[in-house]
Amino acid sequence: MHIMEGFLPPAHALGWAAVSAPFLAWGLRSMGRGLQAHPERRMLLGVAAAFAFLLSALKLPSVTGSCSHPTGVGLGALLFGPAAMVPVGFVVLLFQALLLAHGGLTTLGANVFSMAIVGPFVSYAVFRATAKLGASRSVAVFLAACLGDLATYLTTSAQLALAFPDAVGGFDTSFLKFAGIFALTQVPIAISEGLLTVLVVNAMARFNAHELRALPVMALRTREGA
Amino acid sequence: MKTRSWLLWAAIVLLTVLPLCLIGAPPGTEGLFGGSDDRAQQAIGTIAPHYKPWFAPVFQPASSEIASLLFALQAAIGAGVIGYWLGLSVARERACNSELAVTSSEQDRRAD
Repeated sequence: MHIMEGFLPPAHALGWAAVSAPFLAWGLRSMGRGLQAHPERRMLLGVAAAFAFLLSALKLPSVTGSCSHPTGVGLGALLFGPAAMVPVGFVVLLFQALLLAHGGLTTLGANVFSMAIVGPFVSYAVFRATAKLGASRSVAVFLAACLGDLATYLTTSAQLALAFPDAVGGFDTSFLKFAGIFALTQVPIAISEGLLTVLVVNAMARFNAHELRALPVMALRTREGA
Repeated sequence: MKTRSWLLWAAIVLLTVLPLCLIGAPPGTEGLFGGSDDRAQQAIGTIAPHYKPWFAPVFQPASSEIASLLFALQAAIGAGVIGYWLGLSVARERACNSELAVTSSEQDRRAD
């Protein structure tokens, strides 16, 4: 779930937009260059974007008694690198802000930062680290997607805690309160996203082995299909 | 599908369904399984009671049913693209396999 429309003070909203804008420009350039060099990857990029579109529309129940949705950006980050997922996440968030009153235009910068920047970058870093430690591809993909999802919602909690620090306990108390709402709710949903991402990567490895050969998820020396 | 894939699907279904079965609504509770963003909104209300949102959504679905319809539309767009890719991939694999089978049977005939 994203920060709601109008629920960040103007200075924070502008600040997060300013932080996210260069990443968006970088992501668009990186995506454009990638597709120019490898036009055959268009279909897989479409699938990665569709995965984010699909997953971020699924509001799932959680153990905290509230609902939230996965982000789906981890898959694309593993396939095309984290920068490519910034424009994809931006489009998903813009669609939801304009048509679904979910998230918002004033909070778009903050939501892009958490879902389309922190999530994909954490996913990619976790994948690289676990793959280097010798984990199987499935384990690396699972941890990457799962922790990227959790990182998104921890960032959302931090963004809200910065905007609304507790009168007594300050940022820390406020962060714990928001993390209890967002991050705790997200735990089973993040695990589901991790498992689903493993299923999709396995299907891609079976059907699109040729296109995947040079992509990050296959380029790293992970134990195939283990 | 491999057994492992079935097990992964089963785990996803369990993770989704179990919270519904395990979390019971205490009497008089409203808004169970509402959005976590609604809860965050309430938390902001307690931390900063005087804060007023300074911008409203440009388009507000007329009812929760319409909102569900639009979310379903978003999911359908995503699922449609994934379904197209999966269908294309399976068809391509089948075509490849049948081509291989034809080539090998032709080679067998020539060898005879």
